[in-house]
Amino acid sequence: MASSMSVSRRRFGRLLARISGSRRQFSSTTSSISIDDQQQQQAQPQPQPRSLNLYSAINQALHIALDSDPRAYVFGEDVGFGGVFRCTTGLADRFGKSRVFNTPLCEQGIVGFGIGLAAMGNRAIAEIQFADYIYPAFDQIVNEAAKFRYRSGNQFNCGGLTIRAPYGAVGHGGHYHSQSPEAFFCHVPGIKVVIPRSPRQAKGLLLSCIRDPNPVVFFEPKWLYRLSVEEVPEHDYMLPLSEAEVIREGNDITLVGWGAQLSIMEQACIDAEKDGISCELIDLRTLIPWDKETVEASVRKTGRLLISHEAPVTGGFGAEISASIVERCFLRLEAPVSRVCGLDTPFPLVFEPFYMPTKNKILDAIKATVNY
Amino acid sequence: MAVWFSRSRTIGYCLRKKLGFFGLVGHESSCCFSPSFRHISSIRQIGGSYGNPNGFLNDSAIHFRSWRFESSTAETQLDPQYFQEEDDLNQGLDFPGGRVTFTSELRFISESGDKRVPCYRVLDDNGDPITHTSFAQVSKELAVKMYGDMVTLQMMDVVFYEAQRQGRISFYMSTTGEEAINIASAAALSSDDLVLPQYREPGVLLWRGFTLQDFADQCFGNKADCGKGRQMPVHYGSSKHNFFTVSSPIATQLPQAVGVAYSLKMDKKDACVVAYFGDGCSSEGDFHAGLNFAAVMEAPVVFICRNNGWAISTPIEEQFRSDGIVVKGRAYGIRSIRVDGNDALAVYNAIRTAREMAISEQIPVLVELLAYRVAHHSTSDDSSKYRPVDEIEYWKSSRNPVNRFRKWVERNGWWSDKEESELRSSVKKQLLKAIQVAEKTEKPPIAEIFTDVYDHPPPNLKEQEKVLREDIKRHPKDYPSDVSL
Repeated sequence: MASSMSVSRRRFGRLLARISGSRRQFSSTTSSISIDDQQQQQAQPQPQPRSLNLYSAINQALHIALDSDPRAYVFGEDVGFGGVFRCTTGLADRFGKSRVFNTPLCEQGIVGFGIGLAAMGNRAIAEIQFADYIYPAFDQIVNEAAKFRYRSGNQFNCGGLTIRAPYGAVGHGGHYHSQSPEAFFCHVPGIKVVIPRSPRQAKGLLLSCIRDPNPVVFFEPKWLYRLSVEEVPEHDYMLPLSEAEVIREGNDITLVGWGAQLSIMEQACIDAEKDGISCELIDLRTLIPWDKETVEASVRKTGRLLISHEAPVTGGFGAEISASIVERCFLRLEAPVSRVCGLDTPFPLVFEPFYMPTKNKILDAIKATVNY
Repeated sequence: MAVWFSRSRTIGYCLRKKLGFFGLVGHESSCCFSPSFRHISSIRQIGGSYGNPNGFLNDSAIHFRSWRFESSTAETQLDPQYFQEEDDLNQGLDFPGGRVTFTSELRFISESGDKRVPCYRVLDDNGDPITHTSFAQVSKELAVKMYGDMVTLQMMDVVFYEAQRQGRISFYMSTTGEEAINIASAAALSSDDLVLPQYREPGVLLWRGFTLQDFADQCFGNKADCGKGRQMPVHYGSSKHNFFTVSSPIATQLPQAVGVAYSLKMDKKDACVVAYFGDGCSSEGDFHAGLNFAAVMEAPVVFICRNNGWAISTPIEEQFRSDGIVVKGRAYGIRSIRVDGNDALAVYNAIRTAREMAISEQIPVLVELLAYRVAHHSTSDDSSKYRPVDEIEYWKSSRNPVNRFRKWVERNGWWSDKEESELRSSVKKQLLKAIQVAEKTEKPPIAEIFTDVYDHPPPNLKEQEKVLREDIKRHPKDYPSDVSL
């Protein structure tokens, strides 16, 4: 990509974050505290949780990661001054420019560098400025990071690598500031893919990813960087990977999603309840390796499944969930599995409201599935 | 060479175009293997005091001593390549990287230098040290080990290549023509230096003590292979020998090398990273990423380019239009040198010096080694389909790196025909035994399909292992019998 063009686009991206729309409201009340977290809090008294938005929660996690491990490094384009989304604010001042630094504008270089750094027993926390720009690093992620341990017979590994990237719609990001590329990476044995839905989740999951002995791609819902606010414990805590979370219990239909889409799905659940439909909402949290058991158990209870994601429907991760659950729950299903996802088009700027899997599209699909 | 030239004028003409700087034709006019005295003297200066980073452009100076995150002044003195007397040195622009002078002349920088970058060498074609050349003294013990390993590497290639032809292993890649690059570069390193190979550098492992049995076990993919039989032959790797596992994609190791080197730098280790690659690799995006990151991060990496003229069937003229790889270093702000890759002493000298610079100054260094891929690309390739057999023969005989080094070792009185035949018969026995043992050793157990994808197998892999095992029970004949359950 032409560097001057992409730089200006990226600066534009920074504006996007500031003026992101308010159509997408996230209710903080449903972001329940995980059981692990509750136990941890009961075990030792901790400072009172503070209200934080999502980027500040990420920032707090990075501060803790660097503070708790002298072998942790944060690097990427523009992270030195705090990052275009402010996620790395204050890190370079506190931990020094040898541990928190800008890299040249080159995604394959960032990930390749991160693999080498991680292979030496460091925690390499790489930032890709937008998930839309992760593709130049695809080879390094897919052919290198994912296979590093396997191909060497476990003589070498780059498990300390975590790649953070803001993903998803933002109101007016167009083709190259809106994509949700998670499905590409879910096809790659050897890496983990994690997407948080809220500030509290983001902090706990990111710390788990950074400390996990496997390379992880961590997609951050950039629409929620400032919009989503909830109380986040001050202390160092981790949330388990590969464990889905039931964030709303119900009996008539199971809804599965991740990241920013959960807030839309939640609104659909609330509206469906008014029509007497009881929805169970599951946050998958880790996409690979994913928690099939939790989804299966829920579908066995409700007999219906709806999956929703922003990425195009064809070949999206919803297809994998659908197929797996049909394999396991075929006789229990009372309706076809429903997918409410992005269209099979490039992400279209002025048509974004049409492209998106909106609350009412989901609500209609809930009703159609329940009344099948 | 004259003999080769007289064989076919037509081919000779062709190759003048094709081979570029290989300098086969018109030896006298080539600056490649007959550097002028001026060049020799500047090379001596590099050998004697490597503080001068600017190679053959002796009269300009670049100092890259600025540390990361401090001011990065690119050039403290003006390079005559870019200014002329009439330029007004007082008129200038303060710009990040240093002061830029103005000129009233509309002048483009030439796409190439007046002369090709010369090629450093120590021994002439007969294995005699070139007069006026200074080089680090190589002890008898070191020289004999270097020669012995070069011969061993050559013989391993012959035997393993034959094993592939007999269908005993699936694939092989020979190092023929690049024995000096392999062994002499390895000899110039410390065992603490971390190696990120491409795939034609098994000699580095051999030098470090990877045994012929280890090589054979990997090629046969048996349970003694430390890669657990998961990769094609020649994808060696050994953490014990600080040699990262080979992966097939080209150039991916280069940005990784910078990450490894950055870790060494942070830990203040007395070691560097050595990343090997070929001429074709320099066209990949990761080459750019690696060199640029290394320069910006001031990472102690020695980039060793084996410019052997061919990327499978693509000659370097169809790969790039620059004067090889060496000139690319400067564009990235990386010190660089071109070396005769068929001269073991020159390779040893250059890599040793590059390593010292990389560690003591905490900078990357680029070394371009000129050689020729005498071997086919791999056992899946027949290079006579795309290049003249005469050309291969010329490099194999007249420019053979092993023969040239042997002449020098012999002249020193360190080697005899008797020792030669003893070595060869011993290595041959070891190789044949290694192959027999590797062939008889069983394959890794089936459980190894599912380990090491992650640190622990997740539920989907446990489930797939269970399903596979049931399938094997139902259809045992569908699966190889030499893989234990």
